Amino acid sequence: MIFIIGQQPLHLHFVLPVNRLFMSSPIRPHFFSDEPARSRLLSQLWDYQLRDRYISPEAIRTLAEEHHLSEIEVEGVASFYHFFHQEPAGKHTIYINNSIISELKGYERIRETFERETGARLGTTDPSGMFGLYKTPCIGLSDHEPAALIDFYPFTNLNALKVKDIIHKLKQGLLPEEICDAPDDHIRFTPAENHTIFFAPYERGAALRKLHELSPDGVIENLRISELAGRGGAFFPTWKKWNTCRNYKDTTKYIICNADEGEPGTFKDRVLLSNQPGSVFEGMIIAGYTVGAAYGIIYLRGEYRWLAGKLQQEIEAFREAGLLGTNISGINGFDFDIRLEIGAGAYVCGEETAMLESMEGKRGEPRTKWFYPVEKGYLQHPTVVNNVETFGAVARLIQMGTFEYLKRGIPGSPGTKLISISGDCMYPGLYEIEWGMTIAELLEHCGAENPYYIQVSGPSGESVSIKEKFRRISMLDLMAQKDIRCGGSFMIFNKSRDIVHILRNYSSFFKHESCGVCTPCRAGNFIIQRKLDRLEHGLADMDDLKELREWSRILKTTSRCGLGKTATNAIIQSIEKFPDYFKTRLAGIDNSMYRKFDEEAAITEYERYKP
Amino acid sequence: MALCNFWIDGKQYQAEEGTNLVDAAKENGVFIPSLCYFKHIDPPLGTCRTCTCKINGRYDPACTAYVKEDLKVEVNSPELVDMRKALVEMMFAEGNHFCPACEKSGNCNLQHMGYELGISVSRFPHLFKDRLIDYQPKRMVMEHNRCIKCRRCVEDIKTSDGHRVFMYINRGNETMVGIDYDQEAKLSDEEAIHAMEICPTGAIIVRGKSLSQPFGHRTFDMESAQKQFRRTIHEKPRVANFEKKTVATVSLAGCFGCHMSMLDIDDEILDVAELVTFNKSPLTDIKNFTQRCHLGLVEGGCCNTENIETLKKFREMCDILVVVGECAVWGGLPAMRNTIPLGECLEEAYLNCVTSEPGANVVPYHVDLPKILDRVYACNEIVKVDYTIPGCPPSATHIWKVVKSLLWGEDFSLLYSEFKYD
Repeated sequence: MIFIIGQQPLHLHFVLPVNRLFMSSPIRPHFFSDEPARSRLLSQLWDYQLRDRYISPEAIRTLAEEHHLSEIEVEGVASFYHFFHQEPAGKHTIYINNSIISELKGYERIRETFERETGARLGTTDPSGMFGLYKTPCIGLSDHEPAALIDFYPFTNLNALKVKDIIHKLKQGLLPEEICDAPDDHIRFTPAENHTIFFAPYERGAALRKLHELSPDGVIENLRISELAGRGGAFFPTWKKWNTCRNYKDTTKYIICNADEGEPGTFKDRVLLSNQPGSVFEGMIIAGYTVGAAYGIIYLRGEYRWLAGKLQQEIEAFREAGLLGTNISGINGFDFDIRLEIGAGAYVCGEETAMLESMEGKRGEPRTKWFYPVEKGYLQHPTVVNNVETFGAVARLIQMGTFEYLKRGIPGSPGTKLISISGDCMYPGLYEIEWGMTIAELLEHCGAENPYYIQVSGPSGESVSIKEKFRRISMLDLMAQKDIRCGGSFMIFNKSRDIVHILRNYSSFFKHESCGVCTPCRAGNFIIQRKLDRLEHGLADMDDLKELREWSRILKTTSRCGLGKTATNAIIQSIEKFPDYFKTRLAGIDNSMYRKFDEEAAITEYERYKP
Repeated sequence: MALCNFWIDGKQYQAEEGTNLVDAAKENGVFIPSLCYFKHIDPPLGTCRTCTCKINGRYDPACTAYVKEDLKVEVNSPELVDMRKALVEMMFAEGNHFCPACEKSGNCNLQHMGYELGISVSRFPHLFKDRLIDYQPKRMVMEHNRCIKCRRCVEDIKTSDGHRVFMYINRGNETMVGIDYDQEAKLSDEEAIHAMEICPTGAIIVRGKSLSQPFGHRTFDMESAQKQFRRTIHEKPRVANFEKKTVATVSLAGCFGCHMSMLDIDDEILDVAELVTFNKSPLTDIKNFTQRCHLGLVEGGCCNTENIETLKKFREMCDILVVVGECAVWGGLPAMRNTIPLGECLEEAYLNCVTSEPGANVVPYHVDLPKILDRVYACNEIVKVDYTIPGCPPSATHIWKVVKSLLWGEDFSLLYSEFKYD
């Protein structure tokens, strides 16, 4: 196994000097040692899951004793993450992706084939316990669908024959790591005239060398001029975040890289981590240098566990090159190290405060927003949380300088953006575009086939009709709705796709992925799904559609965090943008006094007792 | 702490800086409905979202906000009132809340919020998710059907050595509050009862200690928490023309309790008889409509095809359709079967039940028998309903006040104590 199991002890036992550049920092015997034991809980649960294939009651008891918790509290953490099972999940655990893109590409047939070949029904193991078969939302391989993870190794572009072959080989005793696929990065497009930012030739440490001439103030100034904004999709100015964190006085600060890329249809961070992990690390190191942090943690989503080995190797290479550890890149007194933390299947952990909770060994529930992470983040210390792409962009920006960087993109929205494209197009994959490209141009580049409806930035993002194809993709005017912001994905659907079915897929996703803390998100998404069922079964009338919109708005207004606030975006927008389509989905009600009721369906079960 | 000025709905109030907004409003006589908020749990939980207000222009729960100088709060705009109502309705729709069969009825915060907000029916479809009742703890019963996941017990109930007794388990719509059997056993009797009392609903029950006080003596029976209960309307002199009106009534999947309640107005029934002619009704034993009626009163939901047919006929023959009682409003007690597949219910009732005939192997089925539906449907899932009267049963005065108001345009004043779900 090439897996690194969560947190590995770092063998740095020398005493670090007082940090020259920043505030007086205390002597740390070695990196990461002052994290409380509880922060290891997630990786300990992983160890049990991988060893026993489930979290046994004994494991829960042991962990509860170790951490002085009641058993129910450990169970509460374990049951929050869907890669942790409370029943044995098979010697080989298979997760089939059931995202909407996978559905379009043949999920149903793949599921049937897996069921037939393994003898396990979806959600269970086969009688011998050899295979466990489960579904999971998007695994970040939308350009290779249908895809599955077997023991967390990727298997892509599946078809019935391939599935048969895989299961046959596993039955013969081959290991998934021996037969898994190496997903292609599918970098389909980079800006012309050498305007690529992310995929220019990479030299390890080149960006860090620039720090010799740049003070933390200088870095902030560079970020401010280049108008870099959070690439996870919220577009918060990076310089502001870093500067705020920098101004909080604390001896311990953290830099966290959000690699919990859970938004269905998005895989840009996967490609960046696979193709250029170094520039991401360098971005984190620059952040550490700027805000005065010595610890960097990458929260990698469980679905990308197969990338962990590669990342760990790169971390080692950085250490060997003197780019991690003490006196980094020859800067006296600048210490920084990076470790990996691996998520265990929870979309909501992409929300930064939920991620912090998860890293602290708790349920990944978003915090009440008393404080921003820059003030009180991981373990209540000032913390910068940024997306993978943001860190990647920082490294490249510092390396090339703002003068060069500002040549890309359009005024007010300089730079480039990584966009993952999937769905009904010839060339699904990663596109690096300069801000300012129109939707139409992008669709042409990817060979979109008769596009009709495009979901931008994932199910929580924006629904776009092909009529809006001349909108530019930029960071400009969010409210005016002239341009469109893009967090990182385009899911393209052609005219033959059923929008209600797509919305129902989203809604079922949110229903499962809600953290369950607040009423509107937990109950509301379930209720919305029931309403969409009505619509899908042709039982809805105008009133239902009106209610669907009103209820969606209630979720949007009253939910506790971004998940609930955005879960119904697609519903509200698509009803608005595709009125003609929705009319065709309504039941023809002749008399407004009656509700459409499917009596035949309601008595089917009773009819079984007909003698 | 310094006193500071803050604004609620355009009116200026004063409170100490840093006071929780829910409390500060209450001190100043403004009622902000809340459920998960419990004064001594700090920091506040912000889970139920019932106290959502507009605070300095943002939608936020009042329980996680603190008074500061010049804070501007919107509490009672029509939009916010409706939104809060929706959130409480959502809780009713999400759980399986059968008030008439609940030990906590009358002492239940959720039910109380329903009364305060005047919820007669949830706008959302009830989800009828199958949930456990956990009898395993030594002293307690966890009734997961009733839990609103407010988190009070999770944060507040700990053993003397600091271990949690309750904790959220699972995620999404499967989230529930798990109980640790070992830790529960360590609680003292007083602590266990405290857990039951801190629960805003009847989800935590301590065996042998859950019997409620009699009706009228329960916490939320008689008096509203709002200074001015919103349903207080002054009666105006009768002006409408007292033309005699026709009324039809029926009991579908109900127990006839609501009909009993209709008769409960004692000698006033004589006045009613003067004003109203009953057409199709069990009260007259007229089986079929003989004319179009001004008003139809429907008791009970729809559990079989005959119910559906009758309900549709009522819709067709009545100008105004009023559903009466919990069963008609959302399914009520018969809907307890909605969480269980029909087949399981039938086989339990006719084949595997301890009282079934030895050798019984038939579930009744005949062309002349109505067909049983997969679940009990509320009346508003089949036809459009004009008015709903909650209660199990609603009080006689409630029913007749509504009828008189609808037929002769008479304003009525419904007391807080007359509006009940049980």
